[in-house]
Amino acid sequence: MNNSQLKNALLRLGDDALILGQRLAEWCGHAPALEEDIALTNISLDLIGQTQSYLSLAGSLFEEGIKSDDELAFLRSGREFQNLLLVEQPNGDFGDTIVRQFLFDAFALLRAEHIAQQSFNPEAAGIAAKAVKEIRYHFDHSSKWMVRLGDGTPESHSRVQKSLNDLWKFTGEMFISDEIDRSGLESGLLPNLEELKKEWDVKIDDILSKATLVRPEDGFMQTGGRKGIHTEAFGFMLAEMQILPRTHPGASW
Amino acid sequence: MNATQEKLREEFDAYVAKDKKIEPKDWMPDGYRKTLIRQISQHAHSEVVGMLPEGNWITRAPSLQRKVILLAKVQDEAGHGLYLYSAAETLGVDRADLIDDLLSGKAKYSSIFNYPSLTWADMGAIGWLVDGSAIMNQVPLCRCSYGPYARAMTRVCREESFHQRQGYSIMMELMKGTKDQIDMAQDALNRWWWPSLMMFGPSDKNSTHSSQNMKWNIKRFSNDELRQRMVDMTVPQAELIGLKIPDPDLKWNEDTGHYDFGEIDWVEFNNVLSGNGPCNNERLEARNKAHDDGAWVREAALAYAEKKKTKE
Repeated sequence: MNNSQLKNALLRLGDDALILGQRLAEWCGHAPALEEDIALTNISLDLIGQTQSYLSLAGSLFEEGIKSDDELAFLRSGREFQNLLLVEQPNGDFGDTIVRQFLFDAFALLRAEHIAQQSFNPEAAGIAAKAVKEIRYHFDHSSKWMVRLGDGTPESHSRVQKSLNDLWKFTGEMFISDEIDRSGLESGLLPNLEELKKEWDVKIDDILSKATLVRPEDGFMQTGGRKGIHTEAFGFMLAEMQILPRTHPGASW
Repeated sequence: MNATQEKLREEFDAYVAKDKKIEPKDWMPDGYRKTLIRQISQHAHSEVVGMLPEGNWITRAPSLQRKVILLAKVQDEAGHGLYLYSAAETLGVDRADLIDDLLSGKAKYSSIFNYPSLTWADMGAIGWLVDGSAIMNQVPLCRCSYGPYARAMTRVCREESFHQRQGYSIMMELMKGTKDQIDMAQDALNRWWWPSLMMFGPSDKNSTHSSQNMKWNIKRFSNDELRQRMVDMTVPQAELIGLKIPDPDLKWNEDTGHYDFGEIDWVEFNNVLSGNGPCNNERLEARNKAHDDGAWVREAALAYAEKKKTKE
């Protein structure tokens, strides 16, 4: 894995966390219960913390000079972000948010567990080891809600089944290997995505069965996020997130 | 009041006068219970509504570190809401009913949150001034005669002081910055100064609840005393970073050892209190929408819990 591949692998980790954390922050003050205001902001907080670590590490690998986590978060354009399409999907209703979180948490947990164990990049291992503890809690939270909503009322069942059907097309992208994933696999930094998919399937199927939900068929999968091809909603999200650093270039906050 | 009740009342008054704590199962006068339910639930509602003006800027926080801090702060506020509702529940009311009163507009919450948060500097001003006034009001409540409230407030105050410091730190950073940032900070102070002083309530001569609450050790200092402390504490902090307090009458008074300051605009105070603030409707609508949109989720959680209980 060369420097540029490592940098991009770290950017992907940081971008997944940043964009999902930003989406979750939109819930603050609007959740179905006070307990969920706390839970969703807490998960957002963890994810933005992971972002800071991954993006700072990625920023140290730019050949033209070190970039800070803030520069990477606030001064890149949409085409430069490499997050999964899944994490940028709009919040929708609480069920949409939970399904998005659940599908991602299961993947993020397995990925972080691998990175925490590898020795190719000890700094990334350190970040991932801390993240594993956080994501375990996130996965526990989203799994419990999957079961409550799936096996709750007829309305919640049909709503969350629909969310699952709608978001399923974004799950394929998590397991596609490109040159960065392959070099990451060779060096040991990144997991084997084919193997990881099998473990993900087990986790997902276990919870879906407890939730009395039907796993959607693997149909056509939407991809593009890893190449910087995002959804239309993504631009508005970045505009909101980046407005202050863009309006006041060079200012310190 | 019959003889037994009168005796209980006398014992209660004597007990409270000795600065002892009343616990949920102790006998207490109806008026004491009602006052506490009103005050604690209003306080809880204020925490919950207070999430909105700041939540408004989380997605636009200008750095990752500021985003993390603001998330932590607003999360604390939700937590304060939770344990204040729990403290109120020890007095025999139900959180769901209290929330219904908030949503219907029957219950009050702190008027300060009916002002809009317009720029990033408002996050500084709210933390520094609004949380500053809140702490000034709340520190004496840590010694309130009602045990569960006093204990909740001890925890709240510890977190509020972190909130105030983060607000001041935002202002400090802005004042070290560009001209736009300095203007932004001064503008925020101009807009939040007077509303923050209004947070202490009407002046002592017009305060309706004060004297009985003082006797019951629910209130320890008068509105005007606390307001004066806030002014005395804040003016030097503003001067230190080059901000100007928007009050032409503000002046240090050698004789009293306090700052003299101008008269609050009580017309505005009463207007915001009675529902005519810039955001009264928006705040209640946002809370109602969250509640309505979340109804199916809460129902699902209840239904699932029931099913699980039946299975066991």
